[in-house]
Order: sequence, then C-alpha cells, then structure tokens
Amino acid sequence: MKNGKWKIKNFFGLLLLLLMVYCLPLTAYGQIAVKGETVWTMAGEPIQNGIVLVGADGKIEAVGTASSVKIPANYKQISAKIVTPGLVDAHSVIGLAGYLNQPHDQMQYDASSPIQPELRAIDAYNAEEKLIEWVRQHGVTTIHTGHAPLALVSGQTMIAKTFGKNIDEVTLMPTAMIAVTLGQAALVQQGRSPGTRAKQASMLRAELVRAGNYKGEPRDLKMEMWRKVLNREIPLLVTAQKAQDIMTALRIAKEFNIKIVLDGAAESYLVLDEIKASGFPVIIHPTMFRAGGETDNLSMTTAAKLKKAGIPIALQSGYESYVPKTRVVLFEAAIAAANGLSFRDALATITIDAAKIIGMDSRIGSLEKGKDGDIAMYDGDPFEYTTHCTGTIINGKIVSEVVR
Amino acid sequence: MKKILSLFLLQAFLASMIFGQEKPTAYINARIIPIAGAPIEQGILLIQNGKITAVGDARSVRLSSDVQIVDLKGKTIMPGLVDTHSHIGEGSGADGSSPIQPDIRLLDSLNVRASSLQRAQAGGITTVNVMPGSGHLNSGQTLYIKLRDGANKIDDLLIYDKDGKYMGGIKFANGTNSIRAGGGNFPGTRAKSAALIREQFVKAAEYRRKIQAAGGDASKLPPRDLAMESLTEVLDGKRVVHFHTHRHDDILTVLRLKQEFGFKVVLQHVSEAWKVADEIAKAKVPSSIILIDSPGGKLETMDISMTNGAALEKAGALVGFHTDDYITDSRFFLRSAGLSVRYGMSREKALYGMTLAGAIMLDMQDRVGSLEAGKDADFIVLSGDPLSVYTQVLQTFVEGKKVFDRNDSSDYLIATGGWGASNDREIHIDCFDGDIIGGEK
Repeated sequence: MKNGKWKIKNFFGLLLLLLMVYCLPLTAYGQIAVKGETVWTMAGEPIQNGIVLVGADGKIEAVGTASSVKIPANYKQISAKIVTPGLVDAHSVIGLAGYLNQPHDQMQYDASSPIQPELRAIDAYNAEEKLIEWVRQHGVTTIHTGHAPLALVSGQTMIAKTFGKNIDEVTLMPTAMIAVTLGQAALVQQGRSPGTRAKQASMLRAELVRAGNYKGEPRDLKMEMWRKVLNREIPLLVTAQKAQDIMTALRIAKEFNIKIVLDGAAESYLVLDEIKASGFPVIIHPTMFRAGGETDNLSMTTAAKLKKAGIPIALQSGYESYVPKTRVVLFEAAIAAANGLSFRDALATITIDAAKIIGMDSRIGSLEKGKDGDIAMYDGDPFEYTTHCTGTIINGKIVSEVVR
Repeated sequence: MKKILSLFLLQAFLASMIFGQEKPTAYINARIIPIAGAPIEQGILLIQNGKITAVGDARSVRLSSDVQIVDLKGKTIMPGLVDTHSHIGEGSGADGSSPIQPDIRLLDSLNVRASSLQRAQAGGITTVNVMPGSGHLNSGQTLYIKLRDGANKIDDLLIYDKDGKYMGGIKFANGTNSIRAGGGNFPGTRAKSAALIREQFVKAAEYRRKIQAAGGDASKLPPRDLAMESLTEVLDGKRVVHFHTHRHDDILTVLRLKQEFGFKVVLQHVSEAWKVADEIAKAKVPSSIILIDSPGGKLETMDISMTNGAALEKAGALVGFHTDDYITDSRFFLRSAGLSVRYGMSREKALYGMTLAGAIMLDMQDRVGSLEAGKDADFIVLSGDPLSVYTQVLQTFVEGKKVFDRNDSSDYLIATGGWGASNDREIHIDCFDGDIIGGEK
C-alpha cells in the first residue's frame, strides 16, 4: 500500500515535470521588445519613442527609435512611459543582512576579529532574501553587496543580479572588493584593537607589509586576499566618513600602490582636490542618510559637488542597523537630483556610473547592443514620489510586474 | 549703563510688539492649498498679529491701504505641517526603574537649541508632538510645541490650552519594545503588558473617584500622586494617549483598552493598519502612520506597508503622519504624503493628513492645520507642488513670523546639511554688543 501511494505521487511528479518542460519556452529568457515613450539608454541622448530588443540569449540586440528597430513577430511586447537600464546599487549589504533583523539573518558582520579579508560574501548570500525582492520591484537589477562597514576589515563583497534562486545563478563576480572601514564604526572597545584611528591605520599597513613578504607557502587565506590587493586585482572598498579618514585611505593607497574605492565619504566635500588628484571614485552615502556622529556634517549636495569637481561617483543603499533595513537607490538618487545633480547625472549614479565603479560596465549599466537585457520601467519621472516602477527585466526575463 | 539702556529699549520694543497692532501682510499671487476648501490659484493669504485674517483671491479679499504686499508668484502656500510623533530636541522620558511612569514629563528635558528643531523648520513643520521613547509601556508625558524661532528656554515653544495649561499627550506602547525578558518589573509577554496597563488605569479610576467624591474639600482629597494625576487627566479626556503599536493584534489590544477605559487615543506607527483598517475605522480612532523605505528592521514591522494610508482612507479612518525623527528626517516629511499617494491614497487626504488631521489628533484643529481666518498664521511657502521630489520648502512661518528661509545661508545649511549643520543653534543676545553665548562653530 505504501509503495502504491509512492508510485502515484511519482506519477504526478512526472506529470508536473512534463508540464514544466512544456511551459519552459513561454518563460524563457529574452525575445522581448520594450517600448518606451522615453528610453534613457545612458549611452548617448535619451530616445523618444524608443525600443529595446532583447534576444533569446538575454542580451540586448538593438536599441533605437520605433521607426528604426523592427520587432520580430514572435517577440513579447511590453510598454512603459519611461525606460531605463536596470538600476545598479553600488554598495549594499542585503542578501547578507536580512529584513527580519534577527541573529539568524544578520550575516554581514562577524565580531571575532577586526581583520577578516578571507570572509567570502558568496558563502553567506541568501538569494531569496525579501529585501532583494523589494529592491528588484523598484527597478534594481544588480547589487554590489557583502560585509558591512562595521570592522576594520569585515570581509569580501560580491556582485549579483537581483533575481535567481541560488548563488551560482545570480553571481556576476564572487569577490568584488574587500570592505575596509576607518573611523568610529570600526573601533573596538575594552582594551582590544583597533582602539584608535592611528591604530587602525597601523594595523592595515602591517597587514599589507606582511602580504608583501608572503611567498604563498604555507597557504594563508588572509594573505592570499591581500596579495590580490597588492597586485591591484581587487580594490579595497574603504568606508570613511570624516575628512581625516578619507585622507588616511588615500595615504595608504599611495604607500602600497593599491586600488581603492572611497565609500560613505560624508565629508568628502572638504577634500575635493585631494580625492580628484587620487583618481579614485566615491560611492557616496545614501542622500537621506541620517546626520549623526561621524556623519554630522553630511550634505544632500555632496553628489552634486563631487560631480562638478569631476570625481567619478555612484550612490548606494548602504548599511542600516535598524530601519529602513535597506534603502532603495532610486529614492536616494531622487533626493540628489533635487539637490543640485542633473536628472541624467543622478540616474547615472545608479546605472552606468555605478556599473563603472564596480567594474561591470561592459555588461550592465546602460542599454546598448550586446549588454545584458536588464531594464527598469516607470509610469513617469522615476524620481518622483508618486511615480511607480511598473516592471523589471533581468537578462530579458520579466522578474517583477508588481506596480511599486 | 549702555547695557541697561539697551535692555530698557528692548523692553519697550517688546511691549510695542505685544500691545501694538502690526501692519497686515498679504502674500499674493501664490497657489494656495488651504486644506479647508479647494486650492486657490493666484490666492491671497492675509495675516496680522500672528493670525490669519483672510484667505481667498483678489475678488474675495479686500486689502487695506497700509497692507504690506509680498508677491509669491509661481509659489505654493499651504499650512505648516503637523508632525504627530517626533523625537527632535534630544528629549528623554522614563528611566529603567519601572515600565509605567506617567509622572515623567518630556518638558523637563528638551534642548531648545538642538539642530533637529531647525531641521524640522526646514522641513516645513510648525507644530510637533515631541514624545519620549517606546521602551516602556508608558514612558511619560509628551509635549506639543510650536517651532518658534530663537527659543531660549522651553517656555518659548509651549502651546497653552484654554485653561492656561501647556499642552501635551501621554506616550504608551505595546508589542516588543517594552517587553524585556527577565526584565524585573517589566513585562515578559503581550498579555502581561496589557494587564499592567489595565492595572494602572483601574488604580487611576479609583483615584479619580476619590477626587470627585472630595467635591473640592481639600481635607478629603487623596494624597497627591503625580502618576495618578497624569492618568486622571487621561481618563478625563484632557490628555490624549499616543499609543505606539505595530502588529495587527497589538492594534486591536489598544482598541480594547480604549473601549474599557474610554480614553482618547491616537494609534502611532500602526504598521499593520492595512490588516485591521475596518476595525480601526469602526472604533473611530485616528491613526498616525510612518512611511519606511523597506519592510522589516524588526519582526513587528515585517509586514509594514506603504498602503496603510490608502487602506485607512478607504475604510474611512482619520489618517495623519509622523516622522518619528530620528527614524525619518524631518526635512523629508512631505515625502510621506508623496509616497502614500504613490501607494493609493488620494492627494487630498494625504495633504489633509500632513496638516489638519494631525491638528485634530493634538486637539488643535481650532488653531492650526488649515489656512482659515482666525487660525494661527502657520504656513509654508513651497517652490512647487507639495508632492513633488523637486519641490523645496522655501520659507516656514510660525504665527506670522518667518522661522526658516532657504535663501538665508545659515538656514540653507540646515536644509541641505553640510559643515556644522548638526551643531546646536548659536544664541545671539542682540543688546549685549554681539556677544555669543553658547553654541560652537
């Protein structure tokens, strides 16, 4: 009898499998035409009455005006008022940090040691975390996420698409940067180190000196990561809010000839010339970040000031210990646009310029032939409070149709 | 001698301010959103002595010959915003000694020079309910303040009722914030939380009965009890309960307590309002909601929704908003209305929620919340539509006096942030030869 039941179940299972296989062509990636009253390609001028074609391989086949792009008969057509590239969040912690904010879903910070570059984000990332769905529903298709700015060296970051069931499916880059934090957020109390800013700099320098002498045997996971930094294969993501911490980051980068990306940078407007001369980009704190403690002097106009100075910038959702558990980069760019940044430049901070800073602009960040079919759709100016995101597409697949 | 003379002149000046008639000022050519009534294109707002004397257009408002005209062509005027739940001013409430402390007054702790008060002015907020926190079932008495400029002491911000008493409510909370596992006299469960609150109200009812029985005979009065006095005001309907509550079951617990003890209550946060909107509407209890950029942050708010405003509106409940500043920044308060409209609320009710609904929740609907003759001249000048992200608050007026001007460089710093924006406000005492007392820069 038991056996019989199992057989019946198995039969239904087979039927379900057959049904799934049959339906597969309907949900296959690509073969989609997105029409927009305005298409912000972020590669050249926006196109009025534009069309973006995504092929069966999930890549963009063509971008142009309705009169210049012919839509194949078998392509699904979808329309929106405003079409933009899928949004890129240049710095997040979601996937490691979950929305419930309970110990079991907070994997962004291990407090056992202040220097842990060997902690891989891919070993902690939960692709089905609710916050990932949340940002996807607002048009975000790629996130640079990982360990939080809570330790001198908290771990690695990774780059992922915001749709997919498991880590292998979503990962674009398993190790993107190493998260380093200078200043108050990474000080450790009660006689442990680093207890001061100078100690932070000293500890970081000591690691890099040690890595310079590391010969590869015996294997040392920390040293292997630092070697990659010294070899300029991966940059440090240095979160530094105060001007003196920004200067420390630049000083250490120069000393070891390493690549860094400045992050947070609340007081960056005080040292514009120095940042500009360094050539390093800045992922600025969320525009609506709270002013307090080390961010007392942050400004909504920082993005505009850095842009004007010719410094490469992106915006971010950042890290929050409480609410909102994640910010939405679309909202943060909107406030930057209301505070001196042009519409195009603000959109760039969460599309092409963000993609450039995280080293992914050959694949994402703009609507161009050959790039991934990642698209966000809106029923009005994407930055307006009352506009909705009407859909999100990743690799040519509609991954959100919720109106948000 | 010079100083004494200056002081004398200052007094004389102040006296003339108080007793004299100010010239009327007319703000003309603006789009006026009075809340009470439809928007007026090219409207006129006429004010005098801190009060609104007329609102209308060129046909309906007559201007006297001595009127001062301010042309606001292309701008929008609406009432000053009412924030029904904020923590600006670094105030504090109850300490860790017990879960219910109705005797505690936020009044005794506010820093009137805190930059957060200026940020609220920059956000267009003119009336605020400043509350103690939610880590207690009752963390004390809240304080209603007007964001008048240049306050030197708490008295300068107070609002007085008809009986001459300064106004404020009382803060209650349920759910997990006030639950402390192994927390001594603090509750360990939701049922215990409700029982502890009920116990205090039963005691207060008894205290109130004794006072009534004394019939004004001092010898028969019960011994003064500060906590019971406060709760007696609650039972008398003179002190509104502002009840922090998130989950649908906790919301219903508040409605049950209100039913039992008959106090006036405003539901605060109400994160799962969308689940029990009909019950809230049926109980005729107002809700002050908050818009958070993503769900969660704690278990109780995993189902918070930006549709709360729409759901409550549809159910017919009164909806207001709050910043919960420092949770959301006062400078983005108008954004709450914008996001609520994004999620289905009507434009009219969203703007009503930012103003008159809040005033109703603070028992101040006769004085603030709309632009009507006789009300306080609390209004804001906007660069455009109040629901647009690109709109800036250009000026904020409290009782006819400009307290924020985006064109002023120090006010601009507050509005956008920047170096020194979070420092306490500098205090200038003009007659002391430019001495600066307090503050730092």
